Amino acid sequence: MSTAIAAERPQATVEERFEYTLRLADTSLVAGQRLAEWLGHGPALEEDLALGNIALDLIGQARLLLALAGRIEGRGRDEDALAFWRDAGQFRNVSLAEQPNGDFGQTIVRQCLLDAWQLETYASLAGSLDAELADIAKKAAKECRYHWRYSSGWLVRLGDGTEESHRRIGAAMQDLWRFTDELLTPDGLDARMAECGIGPPPAAVRERWEQRVAGVLEEAKLPLPARPHYPWHGKRGVHTESLGHLLATMQHLPRTYPGVSW
Amino acid sequence: MLGFGMYTQALDSAGAAEPQGDVDEVARLERFQARIDRDEKIEPKDWMPADYRQALIRQIAQHAHSEVVGMLPEGNWISRAPSLRRKVVLIAKVQDEGGHGMYLYSAAETLGVSRAALIEQLLAGRAKYSSIFNYPTLTWADIGAIGWLVDGAAIMNQIPLCRCSYGPYARAMVRICKEESFHQRQGYELMLTLARGSAAQRAMAQEALNRWWWPSLMMFGPSDAHSVHTAQSMRWKIKRFSNDELRQKFIDVTVPQAQYLGLTVPDPELRWDEPAQHYRAGPIDWSEFQAVLEGGGPCNRERLAARREAHEAGRWVREAAVAYAEKHGAHAEPARSG
Ligand SMILES: [Fe+2]
Ligand SMILES: [Fe+2]
Repeated sequence: MSTAIAAERPQATVEERFEYTLRLADTSLVAGQRLAEWLGHGPALEEDLALGNIALDLIGQARLLLALAGRIEGRGRDEDALAFWRDAGQFRNVSLAEQPNGDFGQTIVRQCLLDAWQLETYASLAGSLDAELADIAKKAAKECRYHWRYSSGWLVRLGDGTEESHRRIGAAMQDLWRFTDELLTPDGLDARMAECGIGPPPAAVRERWEQRVAGVLEEAKLPLPARPHYPWHGKRGVHTESLGHLLATMQHLPRTYPGVSW
Repeated sequence: MLGFGMYTQALDSAGAAEPQGDVDEVARLERFQARIDRDEKIEPKDWMPADYRQALIRQIAQHAHSEVVGMLPEGNWISRAPSLRRKVVLIAKVQDEGGHGMYLYSAAETLGVSRAALIEQLLAGRAKYSSIFNYPTLTWADIGAIGWLVDGAAIMNQIPLCRCSYGPYARAMVRICKEESFHQRQGYELMLTLARGSAAQRAMAQEALNRWWWPSLMMFGPSDAHSVHTAQSMRWKIKRFSNDELRQKFIDVTVPQAQYLGLTVPDPELRWDEPAQHYRAGPIDWSEFQAVLEGGGPCNRERLAARREAHEAGRWVREAAVAYAEKHGAHAEPARSG
């Protein structure tokens, strides 16, 4: 692009950058918190370890992004202040991330749909004009590529495994598909961040996500579900009932003993 | 791979590496013992007495099960870790324990018994695991206490095993001990943070020490006078120090650490024996030890139930992985079982 156009680029406000960074941070945090619930309860030790690795990556991303959000906001809030001292209505994660683990198949479907979105989003964010965000995104994109390989690998195995696994994974896909509309439909902030050269172009993310997911569904011998418009707006702070419980568990200790260090 | 009854292989390979008949049993045993006396490592293909193999399988399996069951009490606090840094450290630790379980099951497999068979024994209630994991984790301080005391006791037990006569077990222990000492330091650092924190945090730390101290001492097993396997295991160098020796070592190292934290060891009879240069602990309540060992501990039911539930809930997943691999060939095989 020419410098003339770049110079005309609108500048995002502090509030917009803060909100947008929280969307990414909270999605990673909440998904990581969910995945870590599997440790000690997976279908095999290998899966406990793999899900634990993914949880570690996601929480690692969240820590970097929350710290960045805190710096953008400039009110002295660090990663823990943001993770433990906001209520559900202040969380900006996409609603898909907070959905309960269910059985292993439901977790795999949730991860697969989310991994594809995070992968495309971070890959694109690696070129963000926000240099700090771009650095985090480069690392995160690499991690998400591995997460996608893991979740899509299992999606295919379960889809094309036994009759039971096909039935279960198909049901999980039907159940969770309704949350994908939120991933792919930009709201005002998504559009604005793209305009400002900070966020990815939503149409491109959508196209690549659809290609990626359609490909793996075919390999898993699963039908492509119809996409209903579903009114989930986690990224604007309107969540499903699950998030409140997740946060109640996650936040209870620091809130019970405020003002101490751990 | 997912079948039962792999355990019958356990004795199949005994005697495989040495021609039969030309050496009588006594001479063979003598040669075997001489190798051990020379500190040679016994490797999977070497001849070994059936009792040696059985003793190792029992010990390694028990150790592997302990790692895997041990994921549960600490996993109990992952969702509630009070900072993101602590959460990451705890996830990584619980993961390490799962990894230890995997190396140890692999070491046991070199003796001819499959992971799947060993897990079946655990789930059927026919295998032992360390009783320490039958105690509950009631507060966040328990995560510190476990790292400090339980991993600390595990290290005391396991460092000598790095020189164990059976090669695969010794090598697994080298790797495991490195990670355990890392866990021990992290646990102690957690306790230190609490001990230097608010009054409520200090009370939490003290209360955790009160609950974990005696069970940690029991981790070394019954006193030497009542230990059944010790003498033979020492001769075979699959055990190098007696239970009481290791327990004493642990007490000597740990009491000053508790003092540094400003916490009180919950033993009114604990005293420093100046001439012997040892701390002397009061008598251990072996009836509690026995009760927990026999299934009467506070969480025996919960721990085994959680393992069974995970195994049953994961059955369709493992079956699907096998079915997929059968359809698509070994290259697509995720090789996940157990
Ligand atoms: Fe361990
Ligand atoms: Fe450990």
